[in-house]
Amino acid sequence: MHKAHVAAYAHLSAQPIDRGTMTASASEKTGPTPLLLVEGITKRFGDLIANDAVDFDILAGEIHALLGENGAGKSTLVKMLFGSLKPDGGRIVWNGEPVSIPNPSAARHLGIGMVFQHFSLFDSLTVAENIALSLEDDVPLPTVADEAGRLGEVYGLTLNPEALAGDLSVGERQRVEIIRCLLQEPSLIILDEPTSVLTPQEAERLFETLDKLKAEGKSILYISHKLDEVKRLCDRATVLRHGKVVAQCDPRTETAKSLAAMMVGEEVQAVRRTHDAPAGDDSGRDIVLGVHNLDQPPIGPFSTPLRAIHMNVYAGEVFGIAGVAGNGQSELFEALSGEQLQDNPNAVTIGGTPAGRLGPNGRRRLGAAFAPEERFGHAAVATMPLTENILLSRHASDASAYQSGGRLGMLRRSALGRTLSRVVDAMDVRKSGENPDAGTLSGGNLQKLILGREFDRRPRLFIVNQPTWGVDAGAAARIRQALMDAATAGAGALVISQDLDELLEMCDRIAVIHDGEMSEPLDARTVTREQLGLLMGGAEPEKHHGVAA
Amino acid sequence: MTRIELVRRPQHSALFSVLSPFIAVLITALIGGIMFAMLGKSPIGGLYAYFIEPLTEVWSIHELIIKATPLILIAVGLSVCFLSNNWNIGAEGQFIMGAIAGSVMPVLYPGITGPMVLPLMLVMGMAGGAAWATIPAFLKARFGTNEILSSLMLVYVAELFLDWLVRGPWRNPEGFNFPETRSFHADAILPEMLSASGRAHYGFVFAILAALIVWFMLSRTLKGYEIRVLGESPRAGRFAGFSAKRMVFFAFIVSGALAGLAGIIEVSGAIGQLRPAISPGYGFTAIIVAFLGRLNPLGIVAAGLILALSYLGGEAAQISLGVSDKVANVFQGVLLFSVLACDTLIRYRIRIVRPQPAATPEPAR
Repeated sequence: MHKAHVAAYAHLSAQPIDRGTMTASASEKTGPTPLLLVEGITKRFGDLIANDAVDFDILAGEIHALLGENGAGKSTLVKMLFGSLKPDGGRIVWNGEPVSIPNPSAARHLGIGMVFQHFSLFDSLTVAENIALSLEDDVPLPTVADEAGRLGEVYGLTLNPEALAGDLSVGERQRVEIIRCLLQEPSLIILDEPTSVLTPQEAERLFETLDKLKAEGKSILYISHKLDEVKRLCDRATVLRHGKVVAQCDPRTETAKSLAAMMVGEEVQAVRRTHDAPAGDDSGRDIVLGVHNLDQPPIGPFSTPLRAIHMNVYAGEVFGIAGVAGNGQSELFEALSGEQLQDNPNAVTIGGTPAGRLGPNGRRRLGAAFAPEERFGHAAVATMPLTENILLSRHASDASAYQSGGRLGMLRRSALGRTLSRVVDAMDVRKSGENPDAGTLSGGNLQKLILGREFDRRPRLFIVNQPTWGVDAGAAARIRQALMDAATAGAGALVISQDLDELLEMCDRIAVIHDGEMSEPLDARTVTREQLGLLMGGAEPEKHHGVAA
Repeated sequence: MTRIELVRRPQHSALFSVLSPFIAVLITALIGGIMFAMLGKSPIGGLYAYFIEPLTEVWSIHELIIKATPLILIAVGLSVCFLSNNWNIGAEGQFIMGAIAGSVMPVLYPGITGPMVLPLMLVMGMAGGAAWATIPAFLKARFGTNEILSSLMLVYVAELFLDWLVRGPWRNPEGFNFPETRSFHADAILPEMLSASGRAHYGFVFAILAALIVWFMLSRTLKGYEIRVLGESPRAGRFAGFSAKRMVFFAFIVSGALAGLAGIIEVSGAIGQLRPAISPGYGFTAIIVAFLGRLNPLGIVAAGLILALSYLGGEAAQISLGVSDKVANVFQGVLLFSVLACDTLIRYRIRIVRPQPAATPEPAR
């Protein structure tokens, strides 16, 4: 089953989609009435103006990109279009008629469908049951399954309606969401960061589906920060910055660099490669992280088991782990951070010391630093002030700095405050007020704080999961640079990421994790995206396992 | 149609964090007034009898302190539980088991007297409450059992155990078959603070001390930080290297010990012997106290006094107005509802939406 998939991917990637005919038809349709016209739409949250008199329009049969950094106001705008938020000013014109969209149901009745970034499927229900749940009318289950199958065939969204959602890959889950959306027969489909969880091959397949939809005259609003995708897929782009429209352009005539500059408002600095670890010759270099035959049974019902993971991360190197979401990345992270202990102390060594039986603080004391993927509720507590969030990972490794009174464990708040201002200065964390709750920071700024509190310790091993997920371009560049500088200074870094561009930019060696197994590391300077993509899709290692397709 | 909407605030409102308990008390008084009117009593007179009259006499203030003591002690312990996301609903049972364990000395060994008896009783009371609380803690940590159910059910076990003891093996041999133990001897009685003006005992000092110590722990130490982190986000707590399982035991043992202490203080200070019923539901009312005090031990001292007033007012109104003593329970229930409802204002603001003329393309229903 899996091999068939891979073959299909290979076939697709070998035949780039011909876009010439489509764009011609789209430009002809530039008629007098756009499908959707947004005029002067404004949304305020307290003092913050999330959308400031935003104007833009979408034509029938076009793929329109909405570009912008995190916090630029994209989600707010989309939520108003989909009826989850109510605008404070301005108007929405649909097919020439001014409308108000009080709730998502009204949006669906107008013909606006949305595919969310985070899927809302019930793992224990089948595909057909999940789809039926989202329908407003009572439709018998077999009808739903038939209809879903038909749509899947037409648009190349292969799915087994009987499969349990919990067994689906992320790409397949997205297909369920898209079919769910298509069943409502929308004329405008909103896609929020659709490729952030897909392999390059899966993304290619999605683009093909989108092209088919466009050829039928449906419009697509495509929200993304991946500029290459926008360039190849979209007919027009609206760029948001700080809640305002700063540019409207044809992305195909722009460069990725010029698009990024519009988004950020300044030239984005390319990450400087400050070091080059010698590849192949490992003699004489210290192993800062050693993982030997790490096995871990599944922790929960939908968790991936880890199988015989083996790797060495050397001092001065950035080691990347690529893979599609849900293939064991978070399980591996928790095994390495000590949130899950190993039976064998030698399964994980940090700086040569067996650490398999040590918890997170024991491993931190050996010089390791961790930054998990989830910021709220894992790396930070949203309802606690920043100083207490700094304490989260440092109360034990820097006990003498932050505690007094011996066993009483009294907190030294002034020392925490000094650390906070050090971190804020070093990483350029933008915040309101002296010591606000972590929940008030934007994703990028919080991530800078989370990594900054570790850099501040000068550890010799970094283990980070998705360090720039959902982070704006400026902050992402800063985070990558800081990690690479740390490696140059002699630390080792293990970067788990689903963003291939990021890994290729930063890493010396890249391994791929698929279904809890890790490939041999490849030299990042010579590896191609296709090679990595095939590994991510499970072409290697040779193995058959039951995944419903 | 005009409707009322709740709109999420971008940040917690500091103003309403402070105001919310007061608004809740106000709403409770309002609903109480309506209730009195429906009972055919004067609302003003009823509220006066409930909330003002008990404060006009010194002996009555002594009684207030006696009633507030167990409420504060238990609620302070519960604040540790609730902040760490452990829902100990069984403080009433821990109170009873503390009272029983603390009474072993004066009931079974009435011959042993001296100044060491009372401290020993207090320690045994704490141990009894803590031991009883360890049962739901163990079940939760080991098997993932829901602690709300297990701790609540153990209340009834404790009540029946006490009932059996005082009717059976611990019944006073010289007590004419009344279901009660022998009266405690003088060394086993918690002394009164100002015996000239009323019977308030030194238990209140323990309550204040407990509140201060727990407040210090929660706000100034790493342990308090651990409690709050694990309560807010168990996963972040694990990332910080804290153990959620150990916290289950810590929180239940602390709150069980304080409830047990409240139990033996009540028996030794206010009652003087064990009876089938030694608590008018202190363990449950303390849940209201904990929330009314915003899970802050210092706020809990104030909240404990307010809830004690509702007990006292209930007794007074029963006599002066002739209303049922259940009215006190109604007041407590309304107060808890109001507190929880008013806490919504901290995260949300109220918006009144008037109908809009704009054409909404929603189909007719």
